[in-house]
Amino acid sequence: MLNRDEDILQAAETWQKQGHGVALATVVETWGSAPRPAGSSLVINDDGTFLGSVSGGCVEGAVVTEALDVIASGQPKMLEFGVADETAWNVGLSCGGTIRVFVEKVG
Amino acid sequence: MKLEILKELNAERAARRPVIIVTDTANGDQRLVKAADIATDPLRAELSKQLRMGKSGNVEVAGKKLFLNVYAPTAKLVIIGAVHISQALAPLARSLDYDVTVVDPRTAFASPERFPDVPLVAEWPDVALPPLNVDHYTAFVAVTHDPKIDDPALLHAFDRDCFYIGALGSRKTHAKRAERLRAQGAKDSDIARIHAPIGLDIGAVSPSEIAVAIMAEITAQLRLPPKEKEEAA
Repeated sequence: MLNRDEDILQAAETWQKQGHGVALATVVETWGSAPRPAGSSLVINDDGTFLGSVSGGCVEGAVVTEALDVIASGQPKMLEFGVADETAWNVGLSCGGTIRVFVEKVG
Repeated sequence: MKLEILKELNAERAARRPVIIVTDTANGDQRLVKAADIATDPLRAELSKQLRMGKSGNVEVAGKKLFLNVYAPTAKLVIIGAVHISQALAPLARSLDYDVTVVDPRTAFASPERFPDVPLVAEWPDVALPPLNVDHYTAFVAVTHDPKIDDPALLHAFDRDCFYIGALGSRKTHAKRAERLRAQGAKDSDIARIHAPIGLDIGAVSPSEIAVAIMAEITAQLRLPPKEKEEAA
């Protein structure tokens, strides 16, 4: 209850009907001060257009890139993001949390 | 996610019925469980717990890691009576993520000056309530102290199976209300569902404190498992 996500799942269905390749990315686990709880999701289409969020903005770019791979391959993927590693310039969460994101193709 | 599952998920959400999507995160296998089917599901204990908490999470069953994604409707709060308590209750409920509507046919009470940013319906319950789609995911609070307004509203709440029904008034006032409602066809089981005197007994005095007591009671009704709920009541 009390889920105020905007209606991104309806958008996923609409995109799919319009003939787009669509992927759904969902936060399945969080540790520490992750910005979005488990169940938060992001939908992406093959244009790279996305709606929703899994981290409040920190790792969405990387998730979208991976989602385009998932749309192409059809194989689901589990992604993990932790604290930003400054030396490697990896994408990460500035808040210090860790999240796991499940990315799957729709359709 | 298969398109059929997504379509069914969206249809259930549009109808304000809770759904849980069970995903095997190792291989992407997925199924949709409707709230009505949880009682007969092999994962019923895990599913009902997650649904009650309104939280998505992971469980391990027979060596498989499963993600249970809970899609529950946004809870609504309908307040009958644009009174002083309601002025404290409406913003408090909104901070707890409820969709709040205040109903009161008395326009002097139901004024935007008294309720900035809160949807107000200045109509009698018979006109105001049907379009609000009061349902099981609605908490319903009657606080006008006026039987002409509260009574028909409570009868509507019984019909719609609200998860919480509360009414302002002392035990004596409530006994009289019960008599009136019975005379209008309410069952004893309906009357037993009214929380009255309203709110958890925390010695609340001011309107804001009464609002806290009411929201605490609504939260308990929403979150506690059935047995502990009886003990808290």
